[in-house]
Amino acid sequence: MMDKDFAARRRRDLIIAAVLAAIAALTPLFVKDVVVQNILILTLMYAGLSQSWNILSGYCGQISLGHALYFGLGAYTTELLFTKFGVLPWFGMLAGGVVSALIAMGLGYPFFRLRGHYFVIATIVIAEIGLLLFHNWEWAGAAMGITIPIRGDSWLKFQFLRTKLPYFYFALALCCLAWFVTWWLENSKWGFWWRAVKDNPDAAESLGVDVFNSKMGAAAVSAFLVAVGGSFYAQFVSYIDPESVMGFQFSLLMALPAVLGGIGTLWGPVLGAAILIPLTELTRFKFGGSGRGVDLIVYGTLIVLISLALPRGLLSLFSRPKKTGAAR
Amino acid sequence: MWGTTLTAQAIIQSLASGLLMGLLYGLIAVGLALIFGLMDVTNFAHGEFLMIAMYLSFFLFAFFAIDPLLSAPLVAAGLFIFGAVIYLLIVRFAMRAKANAGMVQIFTTFGLAIVMRGLAQFFFTPDYRSIPQSWLGGKTISIAGIFLPEPQLVGALVSIAAFAGLYFFIHRTDFGRAIEATREDPGAVALVGIDKNRVFAFGWGLGAALVGLAGAIMASFFYIYPDVGASFALIAYVTVALGGFGSVFGAFAGGIIVGLVEATTALVLPPSLKSVGIYAVYLLVVFIRPRGLFGSI
Repeated sequence: MMDKDFAARRRRDLIIAAVLAAIAALTPLFVKDVVVQNILILTLMYAGLSQSWNILSGYCGQISLGHALYFGLGAYTTELLFTKFGVLPWFGMLAGGVVSALIAMGLGYPFFRLRGHYFVIATIVIAEIGLLLFHNWEWAGAAMGITIPIRGDSWLKFQFLRTKLPYFYFALALCCLAWFVTWWLENSKWGFWWRAVKDNPDAAESLGVDVFNSKMGAAAVSAFLVAVGGSFYAQFVSYIDPESVMGFQFSLLMALPAVLGGIGTLWGPVLGAAILIPLTELTRFKFGGSGRGVDLIVYGTLIVLISLALPRGLLSLFSRPKKTGAAR
Repeated sequence: MWGTTLTAQAIIQSLASGLLMGLLYGLIAVGLALIFGLMDVTNFAHGEFLMIAMYLSFFLFAFFAIDPLLSAPLVAAGLFIFGAVIYLLIVRFAMRAKANAGMVQIFTTFGLAIVMRGLAQFFFTPDYRSIPQSWLGGKTISIAGIFLPEPQLVGALVSIAAFAGLYFFIHRTDFGRAIEATREDPGAVALVGIDKNRVFAFGWGLGAALVGLAGAIMASFFYIYPDVGASFALIAYVTVALGGFGSVFGAFAGGIIVGLVEATTALVLPPSLKSVGIYAVYLLVVFIRPRGLFGSI
């Protein structure tokens, strides 16, 4: 596997990523419009989230439509610690990630015995249960949610009142982190195991791949990163309620960029998010206010067309014919 | 029921309503099971099919004053055409995907669901609507001291009749046998002169017609709005998965279980948590039997 071409490609990927990150880091110098900045922040966040989702669902092939659970757990852990105990969001973020990773692994025990639709529905169902429980949990604000009090304007408190730029840089960092983790794991023992599990779990098992633990590992990494995204989002919007951080739409918005860009690929989620999120926000901005669903029509049509026309995702437009059955 | 003392009467009452609702859940879900069994495709727009059926019933009432009960066959026929057209225009192509076949099917039908919701908002506005005066709406019937709402009672009877009809159709007619044969081996049926595409289109039509029937009945006692399908869709997936994907009669049993569990949960937990019982039972069942109650292992 580790031939010269492959090593060169990995180096090239890393350089491209560094260049793209540098360009992204400079955009706020030219983009002063707050609406546009907002869209950029969300795009980076969803790119990071989708990249994290892609680890479990794309590389390891365990399609989850319940990642909103981890997103919400990240948000709630951070804000409950912050509002009830005054714990700084940075620690809350870490705690949220750990809680989510542990819950993902706890759920993994029963869940990873399921296959196909049974697994997908189980993930939807568990996120729904989480949503309903938070809806009825008085201490955590129930349906009213939590309004995050303003305690400062600094990196220490991770709250910013005058400018959105720090949020932008954090979202960029999150996106880079998720990308880098993927890049790094792709070439590790885990990366090869995951692809084997995805292609044929029975064959992988018989060849000595620890199928169960590779799924657990993917779930833990994926849930941790998504929860960090949830913590960030809570600080960014400074108000959370069950629907607005654990609703099904988040599960969908994490999956779609990867699916549209190219599921189970290194660049798919970033590419998908770069196209999908601005489009979503712009259609909502342009038509959403009318409350007449034009944004949904545009968005849904796009999903149908891309799924039908490019089953491997947009990335397949760029790929040259393969010489051999390479890793990707 | 929450907060009141649990008398035997109250328990029987709530189980009876749960049973009626469960039969209706079965009818909502059976189209999904039929399509899955036939061609291994999960229609993630199933809830939106239900929504369209409810609107159709509503407009037939609003413009032509046709009672939902009378218009049910019309709605079912309309949905039959709609389902077949959706298959021919969209799903047929999704099934040809050479890569990521499962993903393509999930997201194509998901995209379709979003479009349908958008279109419903665009043309019908997000307003909640209801059919104010129908033959059955708001009426109850009392049997041995147990009150049963008439729309649900009729819905349950229609559901039983529909399942009986479906059983007869699949096992006793040539077209039903063609469906069975196609689901067993879509490649081989071509050799005996069965057009796979025709069978699939018919399967989608039939599946949609069944959910259409359910929608027409629900229109007389449930609010009608563009997102109404979402919550019923998840219940339908759970119902189908409980029964075992693709098992048409598993959906019947699954529906009854879901209805009873929902009613029981509502007795012991706050009403807003009643779905938690359904979801928990789903998880419990698939953990013990990973392919559902009646699915083949």
